[in-house]
Amino acid sequence: MLENFEKELLKTIADISDLPGAGAFNIRRNGESAGRHSTENIVIEPKKDKPGIDIKVMPFTKHEAVHIPVIVTESGLNDVVYNDFYIGEGAEVRIVAGCGIHNNGDCDSRHDGIHRFHIGKNAKVTYVEKHYGEGEGTGARILNPVTEVFLDEGAECEMEMVQIKGVDSTVRDTKANLAENAKLLITERLMTHGAQTARSDVVINLNGDGSSAQIISRSVARDTSEQIFYPRAVGNSRCRAHVQCDSIIMDSAKIRSIPEIAANHCDAQIVHEAAIGRINNDQLTKLCTLGMTPEDAEQVIIEGFLS
Amino acid sequence: MLELKNLSFTVDGAGRDTEIIRDVSLTVPDGEFLVVTGPNGGGKSTLARLIMGIEQPTAGQILLNGRDITALSVTERARLGVGYAFQQPPRFKGMTVRRLLSLAHGSPLPEDVCCEYLTNVGLCSREYLNREVDGSLSGGEMKRIEIATLMARDLEIAIFDEPEAGIDLWSFSVLVKTFKNLSKRKHKSVIIISHQERIMQLADHLAVIADGAVADYGTKEEIFPRLMNDLNDSCGFREG
Ligand SMILES: Nc1ncnc2c1ncn2[C@@H]1O[C@H](COP(=O)(O)OP(=O)(O)O)[C@@H](O)[C@H]1O
Ligand SMILES: [Mg+2]
Repeated sequence: MLENFEKELLKTIADISDLPGAGAFNIRRNGESAGRHSTENIVIEPKKDKPGIDIKVMPFTKHEAVHIPVIVTESGLNDVVYNDFYIGEGAEVRIVAGCGIHNNGDCDSRHDGIHRFHIGKNAKVTYVEKHYGEGEGTGARILNPVTEVFLDEGAECEMEMVQIKGVDSTVRDTKANLAENAKLLITERLMTHGAQTARSDVVINLNGDGSSAQIISRSVARDTSEQIFYPRAVGNSRCRAHVQCDSIIMDSAKIRSIPEIAANHCDAQIVHEAAIGRINNDQLTKLCTLGMTPEDAEQVIIEGFLS
Repeated sequence: MLELKNLSFTVDGAGRDTEIIRDVSLTVPDGEFLVVTGPNGGGKSTLARLIMGIEQPTAGQILLNGRDITALSVTERARLGVGYAFQQPPRFKGMTVRRLLSLAHGSPLPEDVCCEYLTNVGLCSREYLNREVDGSLSGGEMKRIEIATLMARDLEIAIFDEPEAGIDLWSFSVLVKTFKNLSKRKHKSVIIISHQERIMQLADHLAVIADGAVADYGTKEEIFPRLMNDLNDSCGFREG
């Protein structure tokens, strides 16, 4: 049984407020499975040699979703999990991951999700991952996800990775490898506040002709928090890639953005853009002329920017 | 009713004071449609920003329905029913047209009502609702959405700053109709800063602002012939 605050946590990170009545899911709570269900087309099995699960999506599965949220509510827990996804040829599937930490204690709580995606020929994956921390304790909430994606010929993957708030320290490591005509879209949105730190490394290897990738990173840093972004696109073929980093800086925060583009093939077309700046004054004034206080206006602008 | 009493606005630029608005007094009674015109750089937008509270006057008073609002913030004035459609509206990443209209209105707007506001400014509505008011919209589209945000509000005084800029002829005639009909219904008094004859034709009064002062004021019948004369006279009404 899930406690009420655990249900709230699930809702925040995975849009579900209890164990789903149907569909494939695996809910991990404090390092153990709190519920698991496979369907005819999506089979979830625990790993035998280490913590984690294998998720197998049969070829040509359509219109199905898998929920695999993780919640950590025990202070001091250090949870590491290895999840491998095998998406069959031509399948179309939505994967909802995410991790919520509720830490009321004074010991650090940490979750490292090591996710590996093997996306078969012409398969399409939509992946949503939300990270969130809460709780009154002085113990930190730490999330260090490692994500590796292998896209087979013509495969497509859209990844939305969001850090909502309350995560004290995060080091994100994302790698993707694209075969012929594969397509990848990564949208990263991140907010840090207090004395939080965030680092995100992304490497996209465009190996196959006709492959394309887009990384859109938007972030807001408040208070004394610090962020570092290091997205890299490497073109090894006739490919296209676009890297875009856009940050709003507030208070005494610090942001470093280091987009890198590399071409190892003369038909690689790679572009990057990066911008850091405070909230635009005209935007604030405009919203005040609609009757909002400057504080509410700021909130609305940030919410929109991160939406 | 809006009253401006001996309003001045001075900025210090390069160690020297520059008077941008000089002793402007104007009254806009309820039900009035005032068109403000005059050369570029004359101080029209600055006057609008002073009324909205975006800039603070260095002297003079602003009264709304008899109440002195000179010391009030932008937010407070907005809540009393002052609205200003910017000459250059800012863009917002991640904000949909529908959300912006709802924020302007003060509560979430149903789709059909949003569409009506958009149609009234010459935008084919439904396709715009979920578009973001970001760099993907053209200057003319931004201007029209800006105008729609004032149409979504019941105001004591609505100020539109060169609403015609960047707008094609067809949309412009829709807009003129909207000012004539909708604005009269939703806004107690209207000030439009404009250079367009067709908008001036809607005016009860015209004010010409040049060099930071009211250079001329009167009914359109009085002002129009003088304005045309000035325009033909090479010594007179020149771009500043
Ligand atoms: N805050 C300010 N500081 C310095 N100069 C200003 C300021 N605001 C306006 N101005 C100047 O005042 C003049 C009038 O500008 P504006 O009101 O925009 O004219 P208009 O709208 O009639 O074209 C311009 O020369 C402008 O550069
Ligand atoms: Mg102007």
